[in-house]
Amino acid sequence: MVAAVFHTALDQGPATTSAVEAARVSAMPTQATPTAPQQATARTPFDWRSMWLAVLPPIIGIALLLAIWALLTMNSTTFPSPKETFDAAAKLFADPFYDKGPNDQGIGWNVLYSLQRVAIGFGMAAAVGIPMGFMLGRFTFLNRVVNPLVSLLRPVSPLAWLPIGLLVFQAANPAAIWTIFICSIWPMIINTAVGVQRVPQDYLNVARVLNLSEWKIITRILFPAVLPYMLTGVRLSVGTAWLVIVAAEMLTGGVGIGFWVWDEWNNLNVKHIIVAIFVIGIVGLLLEQLLVTIAKRFSYDD
Amino acid sequence: MTTDRQDRVPEFIKIENLEMVFETKKGRFHALREINLGVAQGEFVTLIGHSGCGKSTLLNLIAGLLNASSGVLLCDRREIAAPGPERAVVFQNHSLLPWLTCAENVFLAVERVFAATEGKAQLKARTQAALELVGMGHASAKRPHEISGGMKQRVGIARALAMEPKVLLMDEPFGALDALTRAHLQDELLKIVARTRSTVVMVTHDVDEAVLLSDRIAMMSNGPAATIGEILPITLPRPRNRVALAEDPTYVHCRKEVLDFLYTRHGHVEKVAA
Repeated sequence: MVAAVFHTALDQGPATTSAVEAARVSAMPTQATPTAPQQATARTPFDWRSMWLAVLPPIIGIALLLAIWALLTMNSTTFPSPKETFDAAAKLFADPFYDKGPNDQGIGWNVLYSLQRVAIGFGMAAAVGIPMGFMLGRFTFLNRVVNPLVSLLRPVSPLAWLPIGLLVFQAANPAAIWTIFICSIWPMIINTAVGVQRVPQDYLNVARVLNLSEWKIITRILFPAVLPYMLTGVRLSVGTAWLVIVAAEMLTGGVGIGFWVWDEWNNLNVKHIIVAIFVIGIVGLLLEQLLVTIAKRFSYDD
Repeated sequence: MTTDRQDRVPEFIKIENLEMVFETKKGRFHALREINLGVAQGEFVTLIGHSGCGKSTLLNLIAGLLNASSGVLLCDRREIAAPGPERAVVFQNHSLLPWLTCAENVFLAVERVFAATEGKAQLKARTQAALELVGMGHASAKRPHEISGGMKQRVGIARALAMEPKVLLMDEPFGALDALTRAHLQDELLKIVARTRSTVVMVTHDVDEAVLLSDRIAMMSNGPAATIGEILPITLPRPRNRVALAEDPTYVHCRKEVLDFLYTRHGHVEKVAA
């Protein structure tokens, strides 16, 4: 930027402008003519350097992965090469939404069904977990009652909950949703509760001096103060939910990306399994990015 | 000026034999003992003392944020049991809510006090008037992180004044500011207090600030079990001008009195245990 102003000053000045004077102008950009900054931005060439620094390393990383993969599968007959996998993917994505009965549907449907289960299970977990986190954070006694239960149940593997779901709901789909629910509720409870406990005492003192009603305290002070913590919990939960759904669907069957992977394994179609791994990864990445964007929108500087 | 002030309620805030003991994990901590202080309506009293002497504790007791262990604490002949909008507090670190704009921060206070009797337009007008009073009318739509520390403190003062409190309590309001901004805000505060005739209790550790602003300075001894060692009346006429006062014999004398109390008679001893 300074360099740009420097050039502008030289261009505008007479040909005899001394280097000293130009340096003075560049050191004090406010003294340049008002039009100078505009010209400077207009003339600044596209910043290729920072663009390359942002784009190149990820490309190198992916290229390395593909290269190693291609090298290892050069003479393999069982494991597909990147080329074969890519061809299979192209064929799959040419028609992602075909429907030939319950056991043969396009990959698009499979992903959408999985996302639907995640949305329902995660949505219910948020509806229960966030208010519960608020209460645990606000009432110490309740926190002490529930804390040991949370500590006990949180480390349990997601799939251990599946039989309970099957037993209670007598159906595969609600059982999968139940598993999502129970696994994604903990980060939201814990983070919300911690957020409530960490609301700065100063803000609560303001509330006390102003003698705000409980409703105003919740909407104007607690909720905004807790929101960043809450969104962290939501992010962790969505990640967990997406991890769990694949495993749960492998066991419950039906339409879904997890079952699809298992189905293709039974068909010994390894190419499709690799495609599914990439799809699962990309969807998880997008979910994470979506929530990071939302969290940024609601973060504030002190 | 002094006679004018004596016409009003002489002991608007009344503190008698106040004791404050904190029960901590390490045992009992006797913070304040035998505090006696009366503040007249419209009077400006500062509490000065070394850090840790309990001056903020005393202010929080008047605010109602803490409850005294024993003793009498009255404001306008009523016992102080809880915080309330008639005793507005300006906090040391401004304590503006970062997710609200300056106007919304002030409005929150205005709404609480006047919503029962006034319409929304009037409440908005009050908010704007309070911001104008501290010279922050232009920043009403800005959020706290977009303005400087001095500006934040002004908004904090606007929020307190907008409630039209009976008492303005200020806890080292300018402590975190640079010297020039601090001097500027002190002058502003002098003008505002002259206009609003507020009753003010202010905590400070700045001797010049105390002498410049106060009608009386309550000097506190060192803790633990600190108390008000001496009360110094500042008889300087108002309006006060900091430049003219710099060589005023009364000002110089008052300043020396405070320094003498703080450094000669109650020199701060840093305790290793503390």
